[in-house]
Amino acid sequence: MVPITTFHYLVVAAALFVLGVIGVLTRRNVVIVLMSIELILNAVNLNLVAFSRMWGNLHGQVFSIFVTVDAAAEAAVGLGILIAFFRNKETINVDEIDLLKW
Amino acid sequence: MLFLDHIYLIPLFPAFGAAMMFFFGRRLQKATVDAVCVVVVFFAFLFACFTVVEYTHFAHGTGRPFEKIVYTWLGSGDGHLNFVKRDGTPASFNADAGFLLDPLSSIWLLFVTGVGMLIHIYSTGYMAHEGGYYRFFGYMNLFMFSMLTLILANNYMLLFVGWEGVGLCSYLLIGFYYHRHSASTAANKAFIVNRIGDAGFILGALTLSWYLGSFRFTDINTLVRSGHFAIGDPVLTTAALLLFVGACGKSAQLPLYVWLPDAMEGPTPVSALIHAATMVTAGVYMVARSNAVFVLAPTAMKTVAIIGALTAVFAASIGLVQNDIKRVLAYSTISQLGYMFLALGVGAFAAGVFHVFTHAFFKALLFLGSGSVIHALSGEQDMREMGDLGRRIPTTYRTMLIGTLAIAGIFPFAGFFSKDEILWQTWASEGGAYRILWFVGYATALMTAFYMFRLMYLTFYSPSRMSHEVEHHVHESPKSMTVPLVILAICSIGAGWLSWPHSLGGSAHFEKFLEPVFAREAAVFTEEGKSAQLAAGEKESEHTDKTEYALMFLSLAAAGVGWGMARRSYMNAGKGYTEPIAVDAPPLYRVLYNKWFVDEGFDYVFTGRRKIGNIRLGAMGAGEAASWFDAKIIDGAVNDVGWVTRAVATLSTWWDKWIIDFVGVNGPANLARMISYPARLFEWGLVQWYALVMVAGLLGFGVYYVWK
Repeated sequence: MVPITTFHYLVVAAALFVLGVIGVLTRRNVVIVLMSIELILNAVNLNLVAFSRMWGNLHGQVFSIFVTVDAAAEAAVGLGILIAFFRNKETINVDEIDLLKW
Repeated sequence: MLFLDHIYLIPLFPAFGAAMMFFFGRRLQKATVDAVCVVVVFFAFLFACFTVVEYTHFAHGTGRPFEKIVYTWLGSGDGHLNFVKRDGTPASFNADAGFLLDPLSSIWLLFVTGVGMLIHIYSTGYMAHEGGYYRFFGYMNLFMFSMLTLILANNYMLLFVGWEGVGLCSYLLIGFYYHRHSASTAANKAFIVNRIGDAGFILGALTLSWYLGSFRFTDINTLVRSGHFAIGDPVLTTAALLLFVGACGKSAQLPLYVWLPDAMEGPTPVSALIHAATMVTAGVYMVARSNAVFVLAPTAMKTVAIIGALTAVFAASIGLVQNDIKRVLAYSTISQLGYMFLALGVGAFAAGVFHVFTHAFFKALLFLGSGSVIHALSGEQDMREMGDLGRRIPTTYRTMLIGTLAIAGIFPFAGFFSKDEILWQTWASEGGAYRILWFVGYATALMTAFYMFRLMYLTFYSPSRMSHEVEHHVHESPKSMTVPLVILAICSIGAGWLSWPHSLGGSAHFEKFLEPVFAREAAVFTEEGKSAQLAAGEKESEHTDKTEYALMFLSLAAAGVGWGMARRSYMNAGKGYTEPIAVDAPPLYRVLYNKWFVDEGFDYVFTGRRKIGNIRLGAMGAGEAASWFDAKIIDGAVNDVGWVTRAVATLSTWWDKWIIDFVGVNGPANLARMISYPARLFEWGLVQWYALVMVAGLLGFGVYYVWK
């Protein structure tokens, strides 16, 4: 058996990150985009915790708490924006949100 | 002291007459007008006689002036003026209604009231058939009031009140026949020319009072004679010259004499009183009164003497060829006034005053006599239309002969003594220039004799040139006119004897009487030896009686020659006679007949009536030229500067609009727009695209760092 090193955690985190990024870039549904953003943040959390385990102190974990709080706030705000936008445009298709077009 | 204390009544008598005429005159009978107006002047004369007698007791020969201040008008006693006079006493600008009687004003008082009274009596006869009788006498009384105020004043301001008053009355009386255009114009001319003199007088009086701290003659005399001022003091010289300008205007000297010949438009008694005996002597009086100031200003004295002499000869030359009997006498008056100023100018103040005194009598006599002639000829004044009147109006003829002998300076008539005294004093003054002035006076004496006897011959001796109707009506004047003539004739004979000169064995009472007025400062100066001129009563030690006799003889010779020339030319002047000057020297005759074109000269220079084309001549023309210069050239320059400013502004606007704004300000904006046009094509408004670009950038960074 291969011992589970920090590296494995980083890979997983990276994979999650990339998935999140692809989700943000390609999905049409705004809610899915928000979920993908959460995914990215969680990947970052995982990364931080892995490094915390590696260094043997709690710095990473403390920082991941901050990130979590930030994610929560951001989700709230993002949903608020989404609802405001839906009231305006009646759609949650990202491609149709182009009011700032030239 | 009864009369002296009430000296203010003397001017008030005629003032009362004038007031009566003003309020009630229109309704009064001629006899009532006579009773009021002539009687008040007679009272004034009587009062004046008594006053002068009382004054001689008061003064006891010292000549101290009697001053009575009735009312102080301008007072300065409360310390507002904080400057002191030269001798340390505080200045006082008191101008009061005050009266001063000293030998000078007593002489004037006597002859003004005396001659005035005689002329008033004469006027009752002369003006008997004229309209406006009460108006005439009202104005005459007003004149007497003003003249007496002038004479008796104790300060320059009250003197000026009288001065203006006589000028006003002169205007009113010259323009008495105001329906006549020539009379009203002449009145205007008299007043306006007089005014020019008045400006000088006021400036002079104010300068003196500012410099010396008082208007009063007593204060000024004390201060000036105290020795604080140097001879030739510039302020005093200026003041003296300005006062003399005033005297020129009032006493008809060059160049302000032009009003007097035209003043003959007034009735003849007016000419006699105002323009012969009294008003025109006001200038002489004022200068004599200011003798203390003049003596300290040799430049002013020389000016007075020169102008006096020039006026004398100038006016005499014009009088040689005039045809109006009154014009001849007018120019004669100007000429004799010139003599008076000549006397004052060389320091012979007493001689000048003496000539005023004698001249008053014989000139009034001549004018009244000419009035009698005119009356006899029913209004004819041109001598070319007279002749052979000697036997028809004998009283007039004889009195006028006496007057002519007096004015020509024939011994022993009055004019001889006074004129000779003046000529002698001029000759004896230090400095060769005075000999020239003597010669001018001498030539004038010859001319005087000539034109006066010309007048006599043409009027009384020569064959008749009268028109037939006039000849029929020739009659002697009534007693009211002839009696004054006789009285004046007696005075013309005897007045000269009052100052029989020392050289002929007399004691010169007149000059002695006046000595205190004039000789005080002479004593100051002879002591210090600084006087450059003779003061009255003092003579240079070099003179001898012989020189005086020689000059007397020369004067008589001149008079005789003049008489002889006139006799030769005019004794037998029948109809169509010719003037000898016109025959021998026509251009000279033309110049003299036209009064040296002085009036035309003044017209060209001062009235601004004459134009050449569109350009106005004279002083007003200069004004118009200056105004043109200002409007066209100076304002043109200002306008051009304005045009340049506007042009620069236009340029600046163009620059601002096109270069600064268009290129400078809009340029970068347009540039930004031009660049941003393509740039904004990248803005699709799609968030995911933005996110993709972000990720791409991030990857780029990452690759860059890994590869590094």
